[in-house]
Amino acid sequence: MEQNPAASEPNHNISAEAVTDLCLLAGKIMLQSGAETYRVEDTMARIANSLGRPRPHSYITPTGIMFQSDSEASSKLIGISERTTDLQKVTAVNLISRQLSAGDIDLEGAREALMDIDKAAHAFPTWLLITAASIASACFMIMFKGGWDDFLPSLISGGIGYSAVIYFQQLVRVKFFSELFASFLIGLVSLMLVRAGIGSSLDKIIIGSVMPLVPGLLITNAVRDLMAGHLVSGLARGAEAFLTAFAIGTGIAVVFLFF
Amino acid sequence: MILVAQLIVSFIASSAFTILFNVPKRALLQCGLVGMLSWVIYLLLEDFGPVVASLSASAFVGILSLIFAKIYKMPVIIFSVAGIIPLVPGGLSYDAMRKFMENDYNAAVQLAAKVFLISGAIAMGLILSEVLNQMLRRARQGR
Repeated sequence: MEQNPAASEPNHNISAEAVTDLCLLAGKIMLQSGAETYRVEDTMARIANSLGRPRPHSYITPTGIMFQSDSEASSKLIGISERTTDLQKVTAVNLISRQLSAGDIDLEGAREALMDIDKAAHAFPTWLLITAASIASACFMIMFKGGWDDFLPSLISGGIGYSAVIYFQQLVRVKFFSELFASFLIGLVSLMLVRAGIGSSLDKIIIGSVMPLVPGLLITNAVRDLMAGHLVSGLARGAEAFLTAFAIGTGIAVVFLFF
Repeated sequence: MILVAQLIVSFIASSAFTILFNVPKRALLQCGLVGMLSWVIYLLLEDFGPVVASLSASAFVGILSLIFAKIYKMPVIIFSVAGIIPLVPGGLSYDAMRKFMENDYNAAVQLAAKVFLISGAIAMGLILSEVLNQMLRRARQGR
């Protein structure tokens, strides 16, 4: 069918299929790790360009990517079911796309590197994550103008809340419920600590402890996607953020209703 | 004295938070710095209202993250996330939820509108700095 090779003719040493697969893999990793939609689009286009495909097309939503490496190639689809925030992976994919554009690695090298990134686990151990979450909770409590006597209780309930999210996520695999249970636990623990005389201002303790769960990044990413013209992703991310906020609010609300 | 405490606390909070987002280890200190500076700007401008303060702080965060991204050759999002963490209206949205629960819908809707405005301001600030960057880049290319 290719009767009229254009000036910017695709590089036929590399099959369109291989380019599409590589771009989709890179896009999938980035989207799963919480990159903004326009960055995913940009990176996939850069990878395709560096492999001799000047005009790739992509359609990106938070739940799947459709990609076509040039207008004559067939397009492919990849579904995405799990989304977390893992900026280490975003950085790594970014580095590979830079190396590809500079010609430091070829398609095969890039594919192997991306496979390794895809399989890599969270770089920090779980205990460190929980420690970081509890320290962040306590610091946030101070930033929201809480007193230093509430430092220890928010340290405790923040740590318990974040470990509950990790644990329940493995148990029920539904993000909404793990966040609901975790915030319920945060409310309960904070209430008990205050009742026991450790800590004075219940509101400040709960706000601080809940902060590691709050979907702040999701909300800002949603608004940025909307403004960049990615309307579908913006709305979908907004819905995800709203669900999380709703889960947290409900969890705390239940505590106040019953006690 | 209070400002010094806030400085230290916001530095620790931002870098601890970026651990949860699995930021590369060599960026942790810079992330803490971005978060701390954004919180300082927010505190200094708080008298003009939370929306103005959030907008200016996040615009500053956007510019600083672009600079850091260029220096350390890492994606912008790493630094901008760290910067907006202290600005996220977590306390306000908690208050809004609490009022909804207490059946005080008037106060709740007011607070929710404020939350919406502030998160819009944060996103606007980030976009503002990006637009500025693109304009600068285009001007440089046009020369």
